Amino acid sequence: MWTKIPILAACLLLSVSVHAQDTRSSDIPRLANGKPNFSGVWQALTTANWNILTHGASAGVPQYGALLATPSGYGIVDGDAIPYLPAAAEQQRRNYENRFKDDPEVKCFMPGVPRANYMPYPLQIFHSDDRLLVAYQFAGAARIFNLGPPQPSAIDSWMGVSNARWDGDALVVDVTGFNGQAWLDRAGNHASASLHVLERYAFAGPDAIDYSATLEDPKTFSRPWTMHFRLYRNPDPRAHLMEFKCVPFTEELLYGEFYKRPEKK
Amino acid sequence: MRTCWVVSIAFPLAFVGAGAAAQTPRTAWGDPDLQGTWSNATLTPLQRPAELKDKEFFTPEEAKAYVRARLAAVSGDENIEADKIKGNVGSYNDAWMDRGNDVVPTRRTSLIIDPKNGRVPPFTPEAQRQFDREQAYATAHPADTPEDRYLTERCIVFGGGAAPMFPEPYNNNYYFVQTPDYVTIMAEINHEVRIIPIDGRPHLPSGVTQWVGDSRGHWEGDTLVVETTNQKTNRHFYGVQMLDSLMSDQFKVVEQFTRTARDQIRYRATVHDPVFTAPWTVELFMHPQSGELVEYACHEGNYGLKGLLSAVREEERRAAEGKK
Repeated sequence: MWTKIPILAACLLLSVSVHAQDTRSSDIPRLANGKPNFSGVWQALTTANWNILTHGASAGVPQYGALLATPSGYGIVDGDAIPYLPAAAEQQRRNYENRFKDDPEVKCFMPGVPRANYMPYPLQIFHSDDRLLVAYQFAGAARIFNLGPPQPSAIDSWMGVSNARWDGDALVVDVTGFNGQAWLDRAGNHASASLHVLERYAFAGPDAIDYSATLEDPKTFSRPWTMHFRLYRNPDPRAHLMEFKCVPFTEELLYGEFYKRPEKK
Repeated sequence: MRTCWVVSIAFPLAFVGAGAAAQTPRTAWGDPDLQGTWSNATLTPLQRPAELKDKEFFTPEEAKAYVRARLAAVSGDENIEADKIKGNVGSYNDAWMDRGNDVVPTRRTSLIIDPKNGRVPPFTPEAQRQFDREQAYATAHPADTPEDRYLTERCIVFGGGAAPMFPEPYNNNYYFVQTPDYVTIMAEINHEVRIIPIDGRPHLPSGVTQWVGDSRGHWEGDTLVVETTNQKTNRHFYGVQMLDSLMSDQFKVVEQFTRTARDQIRYRATVHDPVFTAPWTVELFMHPQSGELVEYACHEGNYGLKGLLSAVREEERRAAEGKK
């Protein structure tokens, strides 16, 4: 374990240096205790939920025409490559082939971390002096950032356990306790239950957050790797998270074979 | 101190409301501070059991006896054994249960405090006819599709995650976070986050409904008052309490959260719906919890619903074969 700490620290330092010029902002919103105030409705502007690596456009499901097609876009991964171990690379290829069936997003399962942050749906942060709650629109997923003494994860979970601490004006969140079932995107990129995510949230002006996440998972990746993107504030004064409970929309897909249907005449 | 002591002798229930204002913890911006982790677990039932007739409060001795009897009656371990005798597979054992170990501190015999009889008021005659029709349909169609089942079995919404917030048999923990513009309550059950704007913004347009409704709050003195409308109607709304009911598109809940003591939030909720002959009000008390909320991933592991639907189809198949 100790050998990995310098690597993680190096990744984190790299991510700091890339964005250091942005975190000095004095006009960012602040709490009464002087810390940055991340409250707001935020959303990423990327195509990373389709594929976290740079990708061209590709077809979706034929009967849905353009609706489920993949738009092209740049990736969010440093170096634009994921250092998979051979078996994990093979798993990603299988996932990709079965993506319209096996992606947990299809089933309205919780999206996991970091994927929840770059889905094409908003998230809302509620931040008071020593408490921070993130509510995600998709699947009603939620995370509590523990700003107190670090707590171990009691159970494996989809969204993990988030222990947060301040590094100057940046919020660093250590996320562990995953169940290994979440995917990183619709392209089948994935990690195992050994995943450890180190997130960093730093204001880039009053209405943008530079986000980075370093992913370490010795069962899936040969080394830790980092992704970056920006979260933007929704400036609509009406904006608040509205409900998107997608569970009912998946019932026929998941349980349809056991439905009793009116007999055809 | 002496005065307080005398007052509390004179009004045994005064701890519920008196003397709180001076010591109400406040946020950095001056609102009463409800933040932290709380539980609303209680053994007190929603409605007064019929055998208690007009008994509104237990004596301390009666409360103890009720707690003993109730804990035995709801024991998961014992119910599993009883299920096995009946040939059923059984449900959760006591390791899962979190119903609390006590009744509400007022020792009231029901969570409903109004009407006085501790019962949900009757439907209007028209609503009763609709209710009877729906019950008849439910009996004839127990599980054609998930829509015939309880919302909890479908992992859509639980009693603790929507207004009025009722305790469940388990996961009765809540995490409150406040900002000057919002009070937000995360329920451990089904990881539901209730987002309550308190900045005076209007409700959603009336045609937009949500499973947890649309809540707007404001402070009245030290009490948070929350009005919830735009409710997606369902006859199985009331969570695990499994109170089959009716809801109209006029359904409205007005809740009151008051930090009546450092270690207590008094919660009241009044249900307004013209299907009932009168509004009705529940009261319960939240107490602080230590530790973190855990993830309640219901839908992701919902083998129960699949098992239930497939079992009913199998029963139908066998019944049809028997007829041949």
